[in-house]
Amino acid sequence: METFLGLDYPTLWFLVVGGLFSGYAILDGFDFGAGAWHLFFKEENDRRIALNAVGPVWDGNEVWLVIAGGALFAGFPVLYASLFSGMYLPFMLFLVFIIFRAVSIEFRGKEPMKWWRRMWDISYSISSIMLAFLLGVVLGNVLQGLPINENHEYTGGPLLDFLNPYAIMVGITTLALFMAHGAIYLLMKTEGKLYAHIAILLKKGMIFFMVTFGITSLYTLLYIPHLSDSFRDSPALFVVPLAVFLSIANVPRLASKKKYQQAFIFTSLTAALLLVLVAIELYPTLLISTTDPENNITIYNAASSEKSLGIMLTIAAIGAPLVLFYTAFVYKTFRGKVKIDETSY
Amino acid sequence: MDVEILSRIQFAFTVAFHYIYPPLSIGLGLILVIFESLYIKTGNKEYEALTRFWIKIFALTFGIGVATGIVMEFEFGTNWATYSKYVGDIFGSALAAEGIFAFALESGFLGVLLFGWNRVKSWVHLVSTIGVFFGSMFSAVWIVIANSWQQTPAGYHIVGEGLNARAEITDFWEMVFNPSTVDRLTHVWLGAFLAGAFLVLSVHAYYILKGRFVEISKKAFKIALIVATVFSLGQLLTGHHSADGVAVNQPAKLAALEGHYEASAPADMYLFGWVDQENEEVTGIGIPGGLSFLIHQDFDEPVTGLDAFAKEDQPGQVNAVFQFYHLMVAIGITLILLSVGGTLLYWKGQLFNKKWLMTIFMFSVLLPQLANQFGWYAAEMGRQPWVVYGLLRTSDALSVVVQANQVLFSLIVFTLVYVLLFTLFIYLLNKKIQHGPYDDHEDEGYSLQHDMADLIANQK
Ligand code: HDD
Ligand code: HEM
Ligand code: HEM
Repeated sequence: METFLGLDYPTLWFLVVGGLFSGYAILDGFDFGAGAWHLFFKEENDRRIALNAVGPVWDGNEVWLVIAGGALFAGFPVLYASLFSGMYLPFMLFLVFIIFRAVSIEFRGKEPMKWWRRMWDISYSISSIMLAFLLGVVLGNVLQGLPINENHEYTGGPLLDFLNPYAIMVGITTLALFMAHGAIYLLMKTEGKLYAHIAILLKKGMIFFMVTFGITSLYTLLYIPHLSDSFRDSPALFVVPLAVFLSIANVPRLASKKKYQQAFIFTSLTAALLLVLVAIELYPTLLISTTDPENNITIYNAASSEKSLGIMLTIAAIGAPLVLFYTAFVYKTFRGKVKIDETSY
Repeated sequence: MDVEILSRIQFAFTVAFHYIYPPLSIGLGLILVIFESLYIKTGNKEYEALTRFWIKIFALTFGIGVATGIVMEFEFGTNWATYSKYVGDIFGSALAAEGIFAFALESGFLGVLLFGWNRVKSWVHLVSTIGVFFGSMFSAVWIVIANSWQQTPAGYHIVGEGLNARAEITDFWEMVFNPSTVDRLTHVWLGAFLAGAFLVLSVHAYYILKGRFVEISKKAFKIALIVATVFSLGQLLTGHHSADGVAVNQPAKLAALEGHYEASAPADMYLFGWVDQENEEVTGIGIPGGLSFLIHQDFDEPVTGLDAFAKEDQPGQVNAVFQFYHLMVAIGITLILLSVGGTLLYWKGQLFNKKWLMTIFMFSVLLPQLANQFGWYAAEMGRQPWVVYGLLRTSDALSVVVQANQVLFSLIVFTLVYVLLFTLFIYLLNKKIQHGPYDDHEDEGYSLQHDMADLIANQK
């Protein structure tokens, strides 16, 4: 098997996909979070500022989903096929909300009527909340494993099986994390009364996250024992959960000093580290089969050919610096507090 | 209805809806690059007004294009799981390249294009516009490569069997430049430029007819007319090239395009007609031996017909394929007549006072849209019953685990959502057009006033 830096190609691609989903969680995470708070702002001007804080960047953030999805499809088509067809309903719901969210942002400012703006405000906020939640729900299902047969096909119930208690808990936790993350982003983008208001909301958001995170962690340890196996086998890995805790603990500390830029780095880090944790727990499995471990989907039986992976690694190596460059360019152009002008939403 | 039919309808519906918008974005991107370059070169405020006006319309089409694009990427996995496994190795790299090279470029610069007018230097803004334009052109590249590979597979071998069979890449560049990529990509690009150019022609013809923004509209009209003329002529060439390619690579599809049944006989080319699939004949008006001539430069040379293929290897909807194809070609010819005729009259200085012609131009936006849609229907329905031509049948490509009621549910939801989206799109487009390129502060001023009123009301 071909290797690079001592890692085989499926493992490298696993890292690429993991990196992309972490990037996605960090980026769309803050704009979903900002959207989730949207209805907490009562004044028209505040809502406009909050919306325009994500205005120039949300589309770029969403592209990470497109790329991460493409990378998953490309690298592990077997997983893509089983997971997406098995989780048909949540993915369809996800699509509907992502459409609504995009057009709410787009359409809201196009008419001055109060009912018009209120309608899109509600749609924007609800879809942001649901998207964060659904991402977590799918993650929760992946963590528990799904009933998968020997052809790597899902054999569970077609409708509401995905809404099990554990998945719901992971969904709520994801939402809570994104809300804290989004509030911090908004704090970097706002000033005056709105800023003061969000600072209070952030405190509530942090508590919400701590509580849900605590419950989900306990739930995982008690009821999903297979997820802690890797840690029992190599205790050195405990560094990661420790880092998660330190990273989370840093947020309220920095927030109370109003160091929001640093706090933002730590909420981002938390999101990324949690995914690292997931990756360690799963690797080299991608999807656990709850019917028979023989049927597990792993990075080896799901991967594309080495040839294909090699090509894609080349594409990724050429593309990554470009993507980072554009991203830096937009964020630099729109850095600082939001200013509304005639081009704004 | 079974899962297969429902999934096909759902995919066709969602992708066709998506395809209303990207051609507009790509085409308007080109126009924006021209307008903005002229503005920077001449400093003429009229070009500034035009650029800023069309940026607003661009924002609208782009927004919906983005919102509807993710749907199909997911559908590959949700509805076409077996297909996804089959083509993942090949397709994946195209989709990944699309995301990284195209969408990231596009969306990276989009923020600056839409919101950066007052924030960055004017040349940085132009660079962003060009970036978005190139990004949208690249989006077409990778997805058309992927689709062309399905039409004319190359650079692969098959491993495994039955449900676990899949195509693996053997040669990346052979896959990328499979026999139909270049023809189809150029054809798709030109179709997009036409979609953009004719939207601009329509809107400015409307202003000229109404006597609003007349001077500025004449300038815009002239530029769009040049674009339309060049590319409608070009489209005939790329279309002809495509047909030549189809003759070599997908003979069953070619036969369906002209409703040619006899296994080996000279084939006619119809202007219009009707295919009787029962009796395997075409009634219509056309050039006897025309297709033979087009392909072999000889009216008597035989062309492979549908009967040379087993029944289960023939496209099911021959008449539909025939009609869509002929409508596209008819529209292509109409576009040439319109744009070349328009250019000649412009030359003589008689274009803008011909009311009837301006009225036709006002409605002409529909033509390239329809041709784009019909072209895809012909190409995709003509590929049936194969999802990957000659390798994988559409009926074998489905998700085994997905059930009809699930697809029915999602199909209904998409239909409702898209009807709503389309209505809003038309409403807002109309509003922007009614408002026009000047006075753009009035609009915002109104909402600002409203904001102030809100503020005051809230403070009380
Ligand atoms: C990269 C892949 C790809 C691309 C770029 C397109 N399609 Fe496609 N199309 C498919 C991949 C595909 C498919 C997944 O392979 C389908 C689903 C079922 C089938 O047979 O092929 C399909 C089917 C399909 C059908 C149904 C044919 C039938 O069932 O008889 C229509 C009408 C279209 N498409 C139309 C379009 C339009 C308007 C497109 C323009 C954007 C388009 N397709 C681009
Ligand atoms: C099955 C086929 C297709 C898939 C899976 C697909 C996927 C996507 C996705 C995911 C997006 C959103 C990107 C973002 O978030 O910024 C998008 C937008 C876009 N797509 Fe497609 N697409 C398909 C067909 C096409 C075709 C045939 C074209 C080319 C002509 C095209 C051109 C574009 C463009 C230019 C955009 C940017 C938005 C716009 O301009 O409206 N797409 N597509
Ligand atoms: C002028 C005469 C035209 C001819 C002879 C022609 C020919 C063709 C042929 C043979 C195909 C099928 C290609 C394949 O399946 O591989 C095709 C597809 C298509 N056509 Fe045309 N076409 C013409 C005009 C137009 C115009 C005016 C437009 C749009 C403005 C257009 C848009 C399309 C599109 C979007 C497709 C599907 C993509 C593809 O397969 O390339 N065509 N055309």
